Amino acid sequence: MNPTELTISQAHQGLKKKEFSALELCQNFLEKIEKENEKIFAFLNIAKNSALSQAKKIDEMISEKRELPILAGIPLAVKDVILVEGIKCTAGSKILENYIAPYDATVIRKLKEQNAVILGKTNMDEFAMGSSTENSAFAPTRNPRDLSRVPGGSSGGSAAAVAANLCGYALGTDTGGSIRQPASFCGVVGLKPTYGAVSRYGLIAFASSLDQIGPITKTVEDAKIVFEAISGKDEMDSTSVESNVKCQMSNVKTLRIGVPKEYFIKGIDAEVEKLIKGAIKKYEEMGAKIEEISLPHTEYALPCYYIIAPSEASANLARYDGIKYGYSNVKCQMSNVKSLLDVYSGSREEGFGPEVRRRIMLGTYVLSAGYYEAYYLRAQKVRTLIREDFKKAFEKVDAVFTPVSPTPAFKLGEKIDDPLTMYLSDIFTIAVNLAGLPAISLPCGKVGKLPVGLQIIGKPFEEEKILAIGKILEKV
Amino acid sequence: MKIKIMISEQDVKHIAKLARLGLTQNEIRKFQKELSSILNYIEKLKEVDISKAEPTSHPIEVKNVMRDDEVRSTKSEVRKKIMDLAPETKEGYLKVKSILK
Repeated sequence: MNPTELTISQAHQGLKKKEFSALELCQNFLEKIEKENEKIFAFLNIAKNSALSQAKKIDEMISEKRELPILAGIPLAVKDVILVEGIKCTAGSKILENYIAPYDATVIRKLKEQNAVILGKTNMDEFAMGSSTENSAFAPTRNPRDLSRVPGGSSGGSAAAVAANLCGYALGTDTGGSIRQPASFCGVVGLKPTYGAVSRYGLIAFASSLDQIGPITKTVEDAKIVFEAISGKDEMDSTSVESNVKCQMSNVKTLRIGVPKEYFIKGIDAEVEKLIKGAIKKYEEMGAKIEEISLPHTEYALPCYYIIAPSEASANLARYDGIKYGYSNVKCQMSNVKSLLDVYSGSREEGFGPEVRRRIMLGTYVLSAGYYEAYYLRAQKVRTLIREDFKKAFEKVDAVFTPVSPTPAFKLGEKIDDPLTMYLSDIFTIAVNLAGLPAISLPCGKVGKLPVGLQIIGKPFEEEKILAIGKILEKV
Repeated sequence: MKIKIMISEQDVKHIAKLARLGLTQNEIRKFQKELSSILNYIEKLKEVDISKAEPTSHPIEVKNVMRDDEVRSTKSEVRKKIMDLAPETKEGYLKVKSILK
């Protein structure tokens, strides 16, 4: 078996038993990236030299028989919206094309403390706004399972890199489904943690009340390892919390699974529905109790999200002004820049791509004078009702099972000209972000060669439980 | 859909100005159409009875986190790294165009 195909704990054992060195492991991945990145375009930037020198350090640790943390020497890929000191961080945007991160994000600091090896930064929809990675300002990523199709998004580069064994594991971010939907499209595991479980310090902000960093991995066990390494309270992010929820996964026979009827409606691909129901059936056969539940405000999640997320984005992206960092038109010789206002509007006009502009415009509109109550305040109240739907459901069940996406991966170009249709591909993932809950996407079968993901949603801070539940299916 | 919202070219220009976002003439027309169609979709929220709901600004309840109001010194090399990212600086400050004539 090629070491690039190993899970985290398998690779860790391989390093410990000296079946291969950390340097060899790293070189294996770099060679594979060199060969395959041209067609998949998962990576925007490869940190070859720093990865190799870090790998050599790990080999010294091994030869000195020092204790080896589980993630030491396992090469990872990082979505290009998370800062790694000294390496470019573009957020998939022209406006940050030459931005060098001046510090490490907390998740990166934590991984570096475990002696992680960072291979490079992965492609994404510009500022994480999109569901196909076609909104990258550089080039689209392709799905390694079928190159004519999208990998999903916005963490499409990270999911594609894991699926194609171009890294041991990856970090992604999820604001409305951006970890789970690409994990589903590429046939890998993705975990969106509870809001607050992982520090957002050093994450380029999109919608601050929804954004979370999480792992994209080959197995459920790997997702657990990475989640444990990156989670916890951080004084640099005042919304981060130390979870003290003790959640044990008892026997599958005492497990109560809720299946919301609102998630099996017209518009869902028949083959996808069959696979999801088949997966649920497997749990039932093992003794779990399956209950039909209702989340009555489900159909309002998407319109609610398309008020809240663009509103927060329009405020967050105000910082790209052509003055502090990022692209600025003042340096452009040809332009006719006279006033400060010309710098603001010109730099932003030239630096931001179409989807980002659309959301800034939408967010600015719904927050503008006279519209606040009709849109933003109303959306925040609907958000409460969506949260309460889940709260009520979790009084009766341990976990909620749904599809991740209504269809498998679609073709490049298929939805790019119609923003509303593109938004609809996130219809099953968005409510989870509005409610702040943890959820995983787990491969549960294929339509032809296209993977389909099952979504398992849990109570706040019960990542451990949903991971344990997911592991049961993985073993079948 | 009951109400058909159509925002005007004037609206688009006004929003773009508020957002400090330069637009081309073509884009103004494009946004008129696209924003109208998204706004019509969002109208769906009007169906929901929100009379008893409190607004949610954060999904997980957290309390304000305070710290002492003290200046924390930044190392000069960090300051340099950050200033080096700016397109124009002068004597250790960010340089901007004049705002008064």
